[in-house]
This record gives sequence, structure tokens and C-alpha cells, in this order.
Amino acid sequence: MAPTTLRTGLYATPKMAPAARRFAGAVRHFRSAGLISGHGAQRGGAAPAAAGPARRSRGALQPRGWPPQLGVDHQTLVGAVKSLQALGEVIEAEARTATRWELSAEGEEVLRDGSPEVRLFRSIPEEGLPQGEAVKLPGGSLGFSKAMANKWVRLDKGAAGGPRVLRAVPSVQDTVQEHLGQVRAGGSLPERERAELKRRKLLLEVTLKSYWIRKGSAFSTAVARPETELTPEMIATGSWRQLPFKPYNFSSLGLPPNCGHLHPLLKVRSELRQIFLEMGFTEMPTENFVESSFWNFDALFQPQQHPARDQHDTFFLLDPAEAPQLPPGYSSKVKKVHSQGGYGSQGYRYEWKVEEARKNLLRTHTTSASARALFQLARQEKFTPVKYFSIDRVFRNESLDATHLAEFHQVEGLVADRGLTLGHLMGILRQFFTKLGISQLRFKPAYNPYTEPSMEVFSYHEGLKKWVEVGNSGVFRPELLLPMGLPENVSVIAWGLSLERPTMIKYGINNIRELVGHRVNLQMVYDSPMCRLDV
Amino acid sequence: MPTVSVKRELLFQALGRSYTDEEFDELCFEFGLELDEITSEKDIISKEKGEEKAKGASDVVLYKIDVPANRYDLLCLEGLVRGLQVFKERINLPRFEKIIPAEGEGQRLIITEQTAQIRPHAVAAVLRNITFTKDRYDSFIDLQEKLHQNICRKRALVAIGTHDLDTITGPFTYTAKAPSEIKFKPLSQSQEYTASQIMDLYRTDSHLRHYLHLIENKPRYPVIYDSNGVVLSMPPIINGEHSKIRLNTRNVFIECTGTDITKAKIVLDTVVTMFSEYCEKPFTVEAVEVVCPNGKTHIYPELAYRTEKVKPEYINKKVGISESPSSLAKLLTRMCLKSHVTGNGNHIEIEIPPTRADIIHACDIVEDAAIAYGYNNIQMVIPKTYTIANQLPLNKFTELLRVDLAAAGFTEALTFALCSQEDIADKLRTDISATKAVRIANPKTAEFQVARTTLLPGLLKTIAANRKMPLPLKLFEISDVVVKDPNTDVGARNYRHLCAIYYNKSPGFEIIHGLLDRVMQVLEVPPNEENGYTIKAAEG
Repeated sequence: MAPTTLRTGLYATPKMAPAARRFAGAVRHFRSAGLISGHGAQRGGAAPAAAGPARRSRGALQPRGWPPQLGVDHQTLVGAVKSLQALGEVIEAEARTATRWELSAEGEEVLRDGSPEVRLFRSIPEEGLPQGEAVKLPGGSLGFSKAMANKWVRLDKGAAGGPRVLRAVPSVQDTVQEHLGQVRAGGSLPERERAELKRRKLLLEVTLKSYWIRKGSAFSTAVARPETELTPEMIATGSWRQLPFKPYNFSSLGLPPNCGHLHPLLKVRSELRQIFLEMGFTEMPTENFVESSFWNFDALFQPQQHPARDQHDTFFLLDPAEAPQLPPGYSSKVKKVHSQGGYGSQGYRYEWKVEEARKNLLRTHTTSASARALFQLARQEKFTPVKYFSIDRVFRNESLDATHLAEFHQVEGLVADRGLTLGHLMGILRQFFTKLGISQLRFKPAYNPYTEPSMEVFSYHEGLKKWVEVGNSGVFRPELLLPMGLPENVSVIAWGLSLERPTMIKYGINNIRELVGHRVNLQMVYDSPMCRLDV
Repeated sequence: MPTVSVKRELLFQALGRSYTDEEFDELCFEFGLELDEITSEKDIISKEKGEEKAKGASDVVLYKIDVPANRYDLLCLEGLVRGLQVFKERINLPRFEKIIPAEGEGQRLIITEQTAQIRPHAVAAVLRNITFTKDRYDSFIDLQEKLHQNICRKRALVAIGTHDLDTITGPFTYTAKAPSEIKFKPLSQSQEYTASQIMDLYRTDSHLRHYLHLIENKPRYPVIYDSNGVVLSMPPIINGEHSKIRLNTRNVFIECTGTDITKAKIVLDTVVTMFSEYCEKPFTVEAVEVVCPNGKTHIYPELAYRTEKVKPEYINKKVGISESPSSLAKLLTRMCLKSHVTGNGNHIEIEIPPTRADIIHACDIVEDAAIAYGYNNIQMVIPKTYTIANQLPLNKFTELLRVDLAAAGFTEALTFALCSQEDIADKLRTDISATKAVRIANPKTAEFQVARTTLLPGLLKTIAANRKMPLPLKLFEISDVVVKDPNTDVGARNYRHLCAIYYNKSPGFEIIHGLLDRVMQVLEVPPNEENGYTIKAAEG
């Protein structure tokens, strides 16, 4: 129906032209102005029934009693108007809609013959008649039930020969018929009565779509189609000098190019890699989603009874359930620092179990990869300062919601050098977050099992008007570094954040499932802008 | 992070002044706490169960405060107030004193060897002449619950039982018995049950059912009796009704049983240091003699004070400040670590009180100095560490290739590394044993049964979820899959894969083939048998 026509009409494509030409004659019937009426009746579509003489108003003609007069299909007429509009300022067409009430076929019948209940009432003789016969009277069972509801008739259940229908009132008035008559005469009804008639499907609400048409500034009865494209022939013959050209429509969008797209989260990943590289950080290997509890927890001085090592928080593996190898000398040093202390530490003083350390899991953070990288660094003959980073997936056996998934990306940076201070950590965090477009920072004391001091990084969120956590950071504990064999005066400052959170903020995404995983909204991927975090 | 909820009015009363919510939030931030929520009982019930149920509930303002997971001394109003008052230099940290009763007058707890198989450790202490009020009593119960949930690891490591000492008679025996042999009236019950019946009774209890598994399948259950055979408790499940603490209780017997003696001692120290404040002689605790199965006796609580010596320049260098030794000592004292300068200013001597079990290394002392100094007062400095950046070759390659794939008109997908066994096996008509997939032991749903061995299921599911999109769909993903590999130290390894998919009304094999050719072209691999690539029909 109309909407399709309207949509194609927007572009006034050449496809429309033949139709326009074919019905140019019909259109000329409007002469200077006219009204094309359309209809969108709720059921099927009754024909618009308004009739009467045309009269002039505000310089435009408002014809009544057509298009039936034109004998032209409504859709065709709408197409013709669209075509005329596409020619430029030939006509001005203003879309209008109006609703009106019309009688349904059943309504017409009631108007003619009376309502079923009245017809039934009038058919019942003085002495009444058996119920079985009453429902066969004009008006039928519908009329019977209505008449009963109105208490116009009554049922004598005890009558001889079965229930008998009798008149309960001397006379009745057919208000239904009267109301329908009022509608037909163009009058209006109170809302309640109208709703009742609508419910009985005697009245229909009809939406009337029409165009109010006037002469345009370039009105002409001779339709000349302006050219839309400059062709080689026009240039060769010079005809372009005389031909009218259609102006470009700058208000509509152009044709989108066929192209591929990068995923927004991974665009942010690229940007963060770039930031780390600009800051001189080297990328750590992280290509093992499967990790032993040893590297994920024990090496990081996270005690074996720590809640994070609970089944509720971590995915443990059924197969391969255990890591075949732990680094021999190093793991015994880790055992000692946990159970007895050392390196100036009291330790946690519990029975450290190698079976617990062997348990395989899906890494819960990339800090396990940092531990491996630092262990490799400690095995170098001579210590050299390093700056490391990684961005990769981590896994948590958590309950899922709009902002939490079982897997996400962790961003991690660390600096290992002699004489690093908490002030250095804050300094490098400021540089890093400034590149992310976050300049207002403050730091809150916090607790991490493997860093001390530890700091949560907060940034002022202009939208939320409050400080929100943007990352976690700290200085690695000596109980972590010294068993690896790093020199005593080497400090490691480190920080981490998730990749998803800044991405969701950057791209205004509220539900993480629309961003990550197969339920991604591909349209969002297609539409996502480039990732420039610092502007 | 544990959350402690305290009544705002009580808190301000104890702090001796009131704060605006913003001021208190600021104070928390500075101290390493987080004012998580300002609410009331009414608000909480109304949020959880609807406004109707909240009618008549208290609308006293509650502060919900997040406490760092290692600060057991801040898990109740008493501890929070003490910590903040010392921080603000309004009070000195009280000194906790252990009173050892005269020979034969103190309480004894005898541990029998039967406990060895199930819950071998027990420690105990007595709080004498304590005065409870409703609020203090609630806080006392609350602290135990907070400790149970955190350091006690849901009672697995330690379980606390507190009793009205005047209703029971020592010496007490901590033993383990067959469930049928244990019979008593559990807390808040009106009749006696055997241990087995108690387990059945609590199987549907929203709170206690979580602890049943700790002893359920053991032949003997832990139990504590007094000298008359009265059951004090069946740890870690429930106390007896008989020795229940009431508001008018004056003498409290506290026992902590567990599998980790270090943690049991910390828990006992925490409970007594927090609540001895309300004893007639504040901050004193009566010791209990605990007799081990081997005959050795120990006096608890430990309430140990330890002294650490740290060089002032160590603290200054680690934080990045230059404070005088006396100023550092003052900063530490504000963190409940009473400190003074010794040896011509070369050292700071720091006393670690029994409330600060979290201080296990000098770095913990450094942190406290930094907190008292104020993290946000520390000068930010960019490290001079000079390094040349290197990319991981595999990631550099991935970054380059994904741009070329997008330039070839394909859209990048990002799918999960975890999936169901079906996704990588049955649905791809492969047997799971042929996949060498890594299997997860404790998935909450079927979506997390295995780590993917191929990227294809993720891309197919992406298409399935985007069927409303105009065709064609052209997707790719470059990401890791995981397979078992006994030659690695963990028994599995990642491989980086590229997968691309073309979805349209017509098959268009030549399109995906063309993409392969394009990839090979940018990788400089020619399409020939000798030194390049060919494609062949796959089996099946």
C-alpha cells in the first residue's frame, strides 16, 4: 500500500518515469490543482465516500467526489504525483491524513433494516414463542442475546413445551440504527456510543491519506524531464547547452561503498597497542589460555586458600587437569615463601601443596604471563630494565550480566627497573591515561594479593558526574620477585585494566553481548567510527 | 571485597563528630575504603522484595563500606572507628592485654586425637564482664559472619563459636564423634536432634546448607562438650541453644576450630581485639589453655606484638617522597603501626599489633606510610627507564593481516574462545575425541564446556544471530584456538587461526576462494604445487 510507494518515491528513480508518463494525461485532469485521496481502512479498505461540489479555497482546488471520477487506481495516482514532484517545482504536494468513521457492510444493513435486537423484538408475538423458534426469527441469536441483555424480552423457563420467549417491555427504540444514521449523515457520536458500534463492527475507522496539490513555481502543463546525467553524446553534439539538468539532491545520502570493517573492540586493542609502543613497551607472549595454578596464582604469591582460587570464580580443567611440569628449583622457592616466608617476609604460614599448584585452569588474568616474562628476565645473565605490555583474553567463571562475560580482554603494562617508586607508577599511569583521553586521575589505596603498595586508578566521569574506577595498579611484592631471582633493588610497577570497559564507553554500548561474542550487532560493527581515544 | 554496613548515626557518634556524605566518602577514599552505598533497611527490603514488604522496616541510614580483603580489623563498626580515629590522630591505638588466670582457675579446652582426621585445630579465649547492647550484640554477630565469609573461607578454614560461659562448665573437650552419637538442641530450635538429623534439618536452610559439605561425608563430626556433656557446638555447622549468647550475657567463651591454625589464631585475635573494648577492663582478654592430643599446651589468644625495623630511606625510596624519620614514624603510627625512630635516626622501629595480621613484609609498612602521606600528595615522576619497543611477531602479523582482510571487503568478528562440546564436534560432524579439545571441569552452563579448537562455530553462530542483516554477510576472525599438547609445560597450547565465511543466497565458492588467493597474494605465497599453495577436496 501507500508506504511502499512513498519509500520508492523518495528517490524518484527512473523506474517511476514510465508510470508518470502514462498517466500524465490523467494528471492533467487536475488542471491547476487537485487532491489525491488515498485510504487505509483498518479492514480491507472501504472506498472513500465523500461527495459534493468542488469549491475553491486558498488558491487551490479541493475537488470532491473523485478519484472515482478519474477512474484511476489510487496507487497509480500517488506514483504520478511522486513523478511530478521529481520534476522539480512543477507542483507542490502536501501530504495530509484524516480519519473518519464509516459504516461497515453490516452497519449498512442495520441502517437499512434495523438492529438485530429490534428486529427480533418486533417479531415476537404477544403470546411469545418457544426459544428454539425465536432464534430463527429475523435478528437471530445475536438479536436474542442483545434483547435479553437489554431486558427487552424474558425467558419463561417453566412454560409448557419448553422455555418460551416473551416481550418484557411494551415497545423499544432502535438507537443503534439512529446512531448509524447520524454517522452516515456526517454527524458525530459521543465517544462511548462510537466505541460500542466499533466493537460490534458496525463502524470502521478509516484513515484517509491525501495530497493537497498546488501549482509549483515552475508549473507547466508540458512536462519536460530534466536530464539527470551528462552523457558523452550530449558533449559530442553540444546538446548539453540547451538541455535542462536536474539538480543533485544533497539532502539524501549517497550510495554506501561495499567494504569490510574492523571490530570496534579490536580497533581499541590496536589503539592501545599503539599507545604502549609509543611509550616504548615491548609486547609479552600471552599465547596460552590454559595456565597452571602455579603461574596464575602461586608464582604471584596468591595463597592457595585465596577465594579467587575457588571453583566459583575460576574455570578449572578436566582435561588436561594437571600441568605436567612446574619449574623445579623455582617452584620449591615459591613453596617456601608461601609456607615459611623468607626474603624479609613472614609468609602465609600454611601447608603449600604441589597438587594445588599443578591444577590447570583458564588463566584468570594476564598477570600469569607477566610472571612468566619476569621469570625469563630473571634468568638473564645480567638484569636489563624492561617495559612490557600485553593485551589478551582472560576467563572468569562468574555470573554473567550486561557488563560481565565469562571471558574478556585484559590490558597490562609493567616496568621493571632499579629504584622505581610509587611516584613513578603514578607518573607513568598519568602518561598512559592521558593518551587514552583520560586526564583527571586520582589514586585510592587498595588491596591486591601480589602488589604492595596497591592503587586503584579513578578518573572523573563527566557524564556520571563522579569518580569511576578505570584501572588497578601496584608495585609487585618482593615475595613474588625475589624467588624468581631478580636483583633485590629491582622494583616492578604494573597496572591493568579491561579492554571492554573503555570500548563500551567510547562506543556508547550498554550491553556487552552486543559487543563481544556471536550475538554481536553487525550493524554496530559496520557503523562504528574509527578509534581515536585522545580527541 | 567485603562490605560492612554500619548505622550512620552510630558511626558518627563513635567518631565524635558528624560528616556530610561527601566528606565521609572522601575520608574513606583517602584511607583505602569505599563508601559503596548509602541506604537503609527499608530501602534494601524494598529493592529486593518490593515496597509492600518494606513497610514498617527501619529507615535508619546505613553506610555500606567496602573494606580491603586483607583488613580483618576493619570488618565491624568498632574496628572501623578505631582505625579512622587513629588515622585522624584523635586516639592512640589501645594496647591489648592477655590476662592469664592463676593456676587452676582458667578455662581449658582439650583437643582429642579424633579431630585430626577432620578439623584438627582449635583455639579459645574468654571475654570477662562484657556489656552488650542491642547494637553491640548485632555487631558481634555480624563480625563473626564477615570473618566466616572471608578469612575463614566460608567456614572451611575456621569456624567461630561464641557461648555464654555462665551456662557451661569447663574444662571443655573438642572431639569428633559418629553423627549418630551426637545429640543436642541446635541454636534456635526447640528440640534435640542427632547430628544426622541436624544435617537433614539444614539441607534446605538458605544459610547453613552451604556448610554441610564440609563434614557431611566424614565418619565423625567435630563437636565441643563441656564437663557435664553439654554440647557447645558442632563446628563448622551450628552452636547449641544451651550456651546461646544473650543481651545480658556477661562472660563469653569464644572457640575457633579449623584446618588452618594460622588463620584460626588471626580470627580469634580479631574477635577479641574488636570486642574486649566492652569489657569491664577494656581491651583485656582472659586466656584459655588449649591442650593438644600430644599433651602440649598452648595459651590463647596469642595477641602477639611483633617489632620490625625499617630504614627511613627504604620507605622514602619506595614511595618517592623525602620525609624525615620522625615524620615517617608519625605517619605509620596513624596507621595503627606504633613507630619510633631509633639509632640516630637510622631506623624506624615499628610495632605490629595483633590486629594487623596483614603486615607480613616491609613493603606492607611502605604502603601504610604512603597511605598516611596521601597517595594523591605524592609527586608524579616519569620513570627514566629507556627501552626500545618490540611487537610480538605473531601479533604484528595479525594486525597487518586483519587490515588486509577488511580491505578485501570482509568484516571482523570477535567470538568466544569457550563453547559447548557440540559446537566443535557433533555440529561439525566430528567426533569430540578427534578434536584434542581442552575440557573445563566446572562449567556453569553448556556454553563453557570446552575451549574452541576451530573458529568456524563462532562465525556460524554470528551469522545465525544476524540473519536480519542484508546479504551477503562476509565475516572473518583471526584469533586463538586451544588444543591439548603434552609437550608444553601446561599440557595445552594456543594456535592462531584465520577463518572467513561468506553467506548469501547462492553458495559463491569462488568468493571465499578468491579471498584465500588474496591472502596468499599478500603473504607472497604463489598458487602452485612446488613452493606455493594448492587447495584440495576434503574427506567427508
